[in-house]
Amino acid sequence: MFGYILQRLLAAIPVMGFVALFVFLLLRLTPGDPAAIIAGDTATPEQLEAIRDSLGLNDPFFVQFFNWIGQLLQGDFGTSILSGKPVIELIQARMEPTISLALTTIILSVVIAVPLGVIAAWKHGTLIDRFVMLLSVVGFSVPVFVIGYLMISLFSMQLNWFPVQGFRPIGDGLGPFLQRIALPTFTLTLLYIALIARITRTSMLEILGDDYIRTARAKGLPESRVLMRHALRNCSVPIITVIGIGFALIISGVVVTESVFNLPGLGRLTVDAVLARDYPVIQAVILLASLIYVVINLLIDIAYVLLDPRIRYS
Amino acid sequence: MSLSNLKPKPNSVRRALRGTLFSATLAGLAAVAGPLSAQTLVAVKHSALRVLDPIMTTAYMSRNHGYMVFDTLYALDSDLVPQPQMVESHTVSDDGLTYRFTLREGLKFHDGAPVTGEDVAASIARWGERDGMGQVLMSFVESMGQDGDNVFVMTLKKPYGLVIDSLAKPSSNVPFIMPKRLAETPSTEPIPEQIGSGPFTWVADEFQPGVKAVYAKFEDYVPRDEPPSWASGGKVVKVDRVEWVVMPDDQTALNALLAGEIDYWESPPSDLLPILAANDEMVVRNLNKLGYQTIMRPNALHPPMDNPLIRKAAIASVYQKDVLDALVGNPELYKLCGAMFVCDTPLASDVGSETLTEGNGKDLARELLKEAGYDGTPIVIMHPTDVGTLRTQPVVVAQAMRDVGFEVDLQAMDWQTLVGRRASQAPIGEGGWNMFMTNWVGADVFNPLVNNMVNGKGPEGGWFGWPDVPKLEELRMAYATSPSLDEQKKLAEEIQKVAYEEGVYAPIGQYFVPTAWSAALEGVLDGPAPFFWNISK
Repeated sequence: MFGYILQRLLAAIPVMGFVALFVFLLLRLTPGDPAAIIAGDTATPEQLEAIRDSLGLNDPFFVQFFNWIGQLLQGDFGTSILSGKPVIELIQARMEPTISLALTTIILSVVIAVPLGVIAAWKHGTLIDRFVMLLSVVGFSVPVFVIGYLMISLFSMQLNWFPVQGFRPIGDGLGPFLQRIALPTFTLTLLYIALIARITRTSMLEILGDDYIRTARAKGLPESRVLMRHALRNCSVPIITVIGIGFALIISGVVVTESVFNLPGLGRLTVDAVLARDYPVIQAVILLASLIYVVINLLIDIAYVLLDPRIRYS
Repeated sequence: MSLSNLKPKPNSVRRALRGTLFSATLAGLAAVAGPLSAQTLVAVKHSALRVLDPIMTTAYMSRNHGYMVFDTLYALDSDLVPQPQMVESHTVSDDGLTYRFTLREGLKFHDGAPVTGEDVAASIARWGERDGMGQVLMSFVESMGQDGDNVFVMTLKKPYGLVIDSLAKPSSNVPFIMPKRLAETPSTEPIPEQIGSGPFTWVADEFQPGVKAVYAKFEDYVPRDEPPSWASGGKVVKVDRVEWVVMPDDQTALNALLAGEIDYWESPPSDLLPILAANDEMVVRNLNKLGYQTIMRPNALHPPMDNPLIRKAAIASVYQKDVLDALVGNPELYKLCGAMFVCDTPLASDVGSETLTEGNGKDLARELLKEAGYDGTPIVIMHPTDVGTLRTQPVVVAQAMRDVGFEVDLQAMDWQTLVGRRASQAPIGEGGWNMFMTNWVGADVFNPLVNNMVNGKGPEGGWFGWPDVPKLEELRMAYATSPSLDEQKKLAEEIQKVAYEEGVYAPIGQYFVPTAWSAALEGVLDGPAPFFWNISK
């Protein structure tokens, strides 16, 4: 297993290199000039050139690329063209809201969705099953921003239970943190419940018809044990996959949710940077997102082995 | 949706839950969270603050930041008259060549250093490299320096009537005064620190670009005794902190203001204003009487718009009301105004603008096209689709032009692409363009020196679009040296007449963006930019 992990990590290096090159070239070929954005309306061509020079934007592409790679290898993600702040500081400031939202959403979704999916499969064809499927369809169909606005209208404006917007770090205390993360979590959770519950139900339905389940029941095992120990564990691979990818999706940016609840997360950082052509920031967040996908895929693969002993990686 | 539906209020559900464990838990959380300090004013700004150097960029957020941290020698009052701000008094030599400005006693920078004439000279020199009006001023300046610590001396090569007006320039770029060591930074590089002598200090540790900017009251600031008027008068800070936050979603900002989580919303969209205006706990008011001028700018370099007749035809095809109805909607928030130097200013004139404000130019446009021999070459209009206040005008103008016989190629793009592309003087087939629209704060176009569009210098030194009209430059220089307001008015009118005859640009409407704030705030000031002194909570 250790060898496999090492092999996967080493394989990630060329992937990250390709992503770095692709992002770099894509940005340089995209119209827009950060120097013009900084200089504003009245800059002369000479002043624009001077700003480009000071930002290194007049250097040949390959010089700019290797300068950037050189910085990366030293752990330096560069400096934001617009704000002059180190990119790593900008990303660090945005990581906590994003990771907080991802964790609370995934935990709440799993806690609710997996039992729902199991029950729906167990009670296949009943009203309970149909209710879960209806919930799933609603979760998929209603846009996140609509759910968000409804949540704000009810829980913030009518009931005054939660603030409308904003984020407080957990370092400010659990209370303020939970108060502000609650509504965005509930909003995204509806979507993820729909996704995970549906996958769980489908996977369970395949398993529940198998011979070994019939055998387990014939042995007189309690139904809960049959469902949780024998059925759920054996159908957990697709569920884990969906949970992992869902987590990565949130980490790499849920711009709409972040906007509706004014969460200063990575999604907004990315969009703002793209709109402002802040090259170092865009490059760094895309590299980071790629790294997150690589790591989460690796963790999912490792989880497969832990959950299903039949799976072996050579 | 009625406002009453949005307001937090006791209702049956809430009452039913009162006393339950859940609501008690939430109340506990709220107690831990604590209310915002009564002395912290939280404002939602129109955009995010990113570039902190208000001289290096013309971005309005950087200008607004400048007004917090830095101070100015002079400032315009609400009658558009320059008033001394950092200056105690000034004298002009009999030959009109030497200005001596005595600074007020007790002026300090945020690092504790006193403000000196050297700081002023270095700051004005840096501003003069970047700003259009500053560049004109610098062309008259022989030397700048200090005479004693608190006297700034400016010596001119020849008399110039707009020295004080230049130093009182209210909008981008504003001649902010900073320490000499910062002002010596090349104007193409950002200053490394935010140390000014303005009424607020910059809280660098809490700055999150794109999220939040924080300012604290500068305890050692010495305000003037006069009452505040626009950017002039006493800048008395009445709160401990001001936080500028960014909310990308208007509905969220609305809810946050109604729920009391923020105090001030700089520019709510016009469709949400009725909700705010109907609420007794909110104040909605236009703070900037000059508003915004939205403009269409043809590119004079490339066919077919290198022909003034074609440019005039395009302008004649447009009716401001069509643009403003689509852009703003509410007639109370816009004005049909053909004055290039903005309506309700001393230089306002309607000369040459009849078709724009009367909407009777379609036939004239067709005649002009015929006279010009227009061959149907498509007009490339750049259409920024990502900015709410800029995405409408190109569509309306394009249709108006099509109505009179133009072929129009409306090219969608984001604003930053437009900003990069508009600097290109390349032919249309190589990334060039024929026309774009943008908006200006009234104070940025209210005289011929600050109004970039009436610059007639052509491709060398002109503004995007680059009309080469030497007559305009002659008139602008005559304006710069004119001795009286009456003379300036005549010259400004002549400039406007020539500019319309040459089709260098057209204002396609003047509109206003009210600000909304909690009624708990008092002392919110009018001005060309949002000011946060004088506000108590």
